[in-house]
Amino acid sequence: MAIDAATVRKVARLARIATPEERLEPLAQELNGIMTWIEQLAEVDTDGCEPLTSVVAAGLPLREDVVTMGGDPARVTSNAPKSINNFFVVPKVVE
Amino acid sequence: MSLTNLTLKAAIDGLAAREFTSVELTRAHIDAIEAARGLNAYILETPDKAIDMAAKSDARRALGEAGPLEGAPLGVKDLFCTNGVRTTACSKILENFVPTYESTVTSQLWRDGAVMLGKLNLDQFAMGSSNETSYFGPVTNPWRAQGSTKALTPGGSSGGSAAAVAADLCLGATATDTGGSIRQPAAFTGTVGIKPTYGRCSRWGVVAFASSLDQAGPIAKTVEDAALLLTSMSGHDPKDSTSLDIPVPDFTQFVGKSVKGLKIGIPKEYRVDNMPAEIEKLWQDGIAWLKEAGCEIVDISLPHTKYALPAYYIVAPAEASSNLARYDGMRYGLREEGANLTEIYENTRASGFGDEVKRRILIGTYVLSAGYYDAYYLKALKVRRRIAEDFDNAWTKCDAILTPTAPSAAFGLGENSNDPIAMYLNDVFTVTTNLAGLPGLSLPAGLDANGLPLGLQIIGKPLDEATVFSVAGAVEKAAGFTAKAEKWW
Repeated sequence: MAIDAATVRKVARLARIATPEERLEPLAQELNGIMTWIEQLAEVDTDGCEPLTSVVAAGLPLREDVVTMGGDPARVTSNAPKSINNFFVVPKVVE
Repeated sequence: MSLTNLTLKAAIDGLAAREFTSVELTRAHIDAIEAARGLNAYILETPDKAIDMAAKSDARRALGEAGPLEGAPLGVKDLFCTNGVRTTACSKILENFVPTYESTVTSQLWRDGAVMLGKLNLDQFAMGSSNETSYFGPVTNPWRAQGSTKALTPGGSSGGSAAAVAADLCLGATATDTGGSIRQPAAFTGTVGIKPTYGRCSRWGVVAFASSLDQAGPIAKTVEDAALLLTSMSGHDPKDSTSLDIPVPDFTQFVGKSVKGLKIGIPKEYRVDNMPAEIEKLWQDGIAWLKEAGCEIVDISLPHTKYALPAYYIVAPAEASSNLARYDGMRYGLREEGANLTEIYENTRASGFGDEVKRRILIGTYVLSAGYYDAYYLKALKVRRRIAEDFDNAWTKCDAILTPTAPSAAFGLGENSNDPIAMYLNDVFTVTTNLAGLPGLSLPAGLDANGLPLGLQIIGKPLDEATVFSVAGAVEKAAGFTAKAEKWW
């Protein structure tokens, strides 16, 4: 499956990374090189093989559903690119 | 003998014997760091904080309250969040990020009395094998080939940590390893590095790359120093749901323990085309040393080894594309302007991420996208199980596995940077343990013909760092590796 410029444009949009038109073709070639190398996985017999999603055998731990942190908005917003009165300032998203 | 030449263990002993103070020891390291800025190992020096921590450490010692690492100055990979101290992951998007909390691993080092010297350079978001993807520029390896002044890579992603330890700019350093990022730099710089079993060290407060593979660990001057640091860094943390709730032994007690009767597996697949004969020879030396120490050598097969890297380059980018979705320019980090919300996201991420990070996000997004998920992502997870099964089979025949750490010695800066796959192949011997969650340790065992260090890797069963440290201790003793980078910086 070859990756073309249109695929790169679509994937870059999904990933929310602005990609100039002239970079699409070179990126397609780069990604194709990597994906072609990855194709060798097709050689591996994985019939009846369960996907391995976690190397930790134990189940996920549960904890009490209680507030453990909070009440410190100044700390939470201290790295915000824009904030006013401990609120994040975000672009207008509704007209 | 300068105070910076000491091992961590010798420094702790010297502090305990009141031969010098932590302030003196820390000051010596601060001076060494200032004189070594050309290496670019530290991207942020925190001398005032270091002296303050050292003075408090000396005060605690005077009160008889010394912790296991009391007064020891360490470096911190800039992937660990440090409260009030800028943490960038060596990216532009986090260039001005100042955490208001401390990673669990570093907080445990400070709990045990250690002193922070500053933050160490790395490949951007830990994605790289040469430190060249850092937004702050590459680290230069303190080692040079004999008779050459060519700048070599210290490896990556923990290149700053490895270079700082090799150049005596700290007594030990924190590092992280997703595909080999502790062990390959350790091999390239003549230092010791261990990635423990997945879940030993909390990932809380460590900037995430690929969460099912990321593990913290130390880079140190000796096997014993690595054991000291790992003992302090390990332990259960309720804030990381994959953190293992099991006791942490004092790993130092296993260094120097007899390895007589242990079965050491030698996997025939750990050879690659064009691997220097010196690496094969060093491996044979390692086998001979362990035989001499009373180990039984067993030939084993890990048949899916060659598929580990291709599987990794699906799993890791997939997880990275998800993890790095958080950098949206809204709550923290860089924000670039745009005509609408989507444009702001796109411009922020295009400007804030480097080329290798973008490449991996695009691969990850592609393999997770509709129509490709089963063919790529699920397939890779199944191959991952095959790789884990290879090790399960091996453990029926042996107690630990000996391999080379990397397929080459340190290479020149710029030599592999235009060929992603050539760069990825650096991790061919280390990435298998990340996929299987196993502990792996690299230690220096010899020099190549150019006088550059080469490493051997010891892989252990899950949670059996103890055996890994015993075998590493035996190899270290037999190898008698004492070479240091000749100071030119």
